[in-house]
Amino acid sequence: MQWHWDVIPRNFKYFMLGQYPDGPMGGLLLTMVMSVLVILMCFVLGIVFGLMRYSKNKYWRFPAIGYIEFIRGTPVLMVIFWCYFMLPKLIPVLQGRTRFEWTSALVALVAFYGAQMAEVVRAGLESIGRGQTEAALSSGLTYVQVIRYIIMPQGLKNMIPAIVGTFISVIKDTSLVYIIGVAEFTRTVFQVNNRVLNAPMELFLFAAVVYFVPCYMLSKLSIRLEKRLAAGVKVEI
Amino acid sequence: MSFDWSIFTVHEFRYSRWLVEGLWITLKISAISMVFAMVLGTIFGIGRLSRSRIIRWISAPYIEFFRNTPLVIQLFFWYFGADFLFHFLMYLAGHLGFISPAISHYVVGKIDGIRLYYNRGESEFISGIVGLSVYTSAFIAEIVRAGIQSIPTGQLEAARSTGLSTTQALRYIILPQAFRIIVPPLITQFLNLTKNSSQAMAIGVMELTYMARQVEAYTFRGFEAFTAATIIYLILSLIISFTLNWYDKHTSIENMAKKKEREYSKLQEALG
Repeated sequence: MQWHWDVIPRNFKYFMLGQYPDGPMGGLLLTMVMSVLVILMCFVLGIVFGLMRYSKNKYWRFPAIGYIEFIRGTPVLMVIFWCYFMLPKLIPVLQGRTRFEWTSALVALVAFYGAQMAEVVRAGLESIGRGQTEAALSSGLTYVQVIRYIIMPQGLKNMIPAIVGTFISVIKDTSLVYIIGVAEFTRTVFQVNNRVLNAPMELFLFAAVVYFVPCYMLSKLSIRLEKRLAAGVKVEI
Repeated sequence: MSFDWSIFTVHEFRYSRWLVEGLWITLKISAISMVFAMVLGTIFGIGRLSRSRIIRWISAPYIEFFRNTPLVIQLFFWYFGADFLFHFLMYLAGHLGFISPAISHYVVGKIDGIRLYYNRGESEFISGIVGLSVYTSAFIAEIVRAGIQSIPTGQLEAARSTGLSTTQALRYIILPQAFRIIVPPLITQFLNLTKNSSQAMAIGVMELTYMARQVEAYTFRGFEAFTAATIIYLILSLIISFTLNWYDKHTSIENMAKKKEREYSKLQEALG
């Protein structure tokens, strides 16, 4: 029975930055950069599709329903593989290149979480109630103005805890893109595990703890936000 | 863009058969994991509300830890690291005096034998089941807890004061009502589990995603292989959600009440 904890300090820089100063960015830094990029981009996508889903016009609503239901019925791994094999076919520029993993991983995660976020946005908008939309419309505002000035500001407030929850899932699911060869944190751990072979438990416990810390903090934050926002609503009423 | 769908018919449907085999493993691993996840989730969900501080201190970290770490990492842990963990625990128990070192040595030896037996090709399936059930059980525990908390405490107190023990009150009063409330989120969890089982390919479980990749490796038709697998997943989740929603509606309180009423009126007629 022997522990090999020293494998972690020995490879710590690789876990954190990948080959960064000498080569491409990787490790935990890439995981964090990717999570933030994904959450920002899928928020935009989520607002677009959430508004389409919320709309009463069926030509807006049906494409959004199709997209959301398609993505929600598919494992995220499938979406990642899909983008990995489809992007080079769709975009000829990528065809000759060998390193488009990063792009396809980003596109896949944004597409997947865009659908999740669309549901979050829709739930947030529907929590406001159609009565306000009708009242605002009858006071002479246009539909865009109603969404922009009346519904969105209130809806966004209700969405915040769910958005934080989505962010947790995004951080956890960036670990999946290791499978198409993006050198983010999970892949660096996996590589080191394959190299040293005698410390799997130490390495994967370490990886679990590294993912656990930000996710746990965010989940506590979302609970606190939920309580605080609920309290805010009570005061207003 | 050129597609070649003939890969699903060549070689006497060889690649289609692979996908079907993969689907079978996906179904098997999801169903088995769901059973274990339900059991574990119920135990830890109730444990989180326990009056005993020790049980709460075991349940809460369990739930938080397994909810907030990625499934792939957990699967890798169970696949690569779990027997190290087990060895360590046996070693610790032997050296702290819980069991005699000779026994711990003997058990570890036996476990090695069992491991060799399973490593003939089943160990990834078992690690997959362990990983998926533990991961899902953490989510189910939170759902069970929320379900129990949604039943007013007055009911537990009333049940206790009519002379039922806490276990009986939970078994006959609280849990039946709580489970009725938590059926829709449980359906979502089962769907998530089916989808998450695709991640078990990382440790080599030969389920649908793994097989799709296998087809891709043999034919270089990645787009077609993954389209087929995606369609299978979509159909699978549609079937599961429709079946379970139908079951949910069928067993709703209003429906049960109507059924009972009908039976009662039939009985009345028969009695004249």
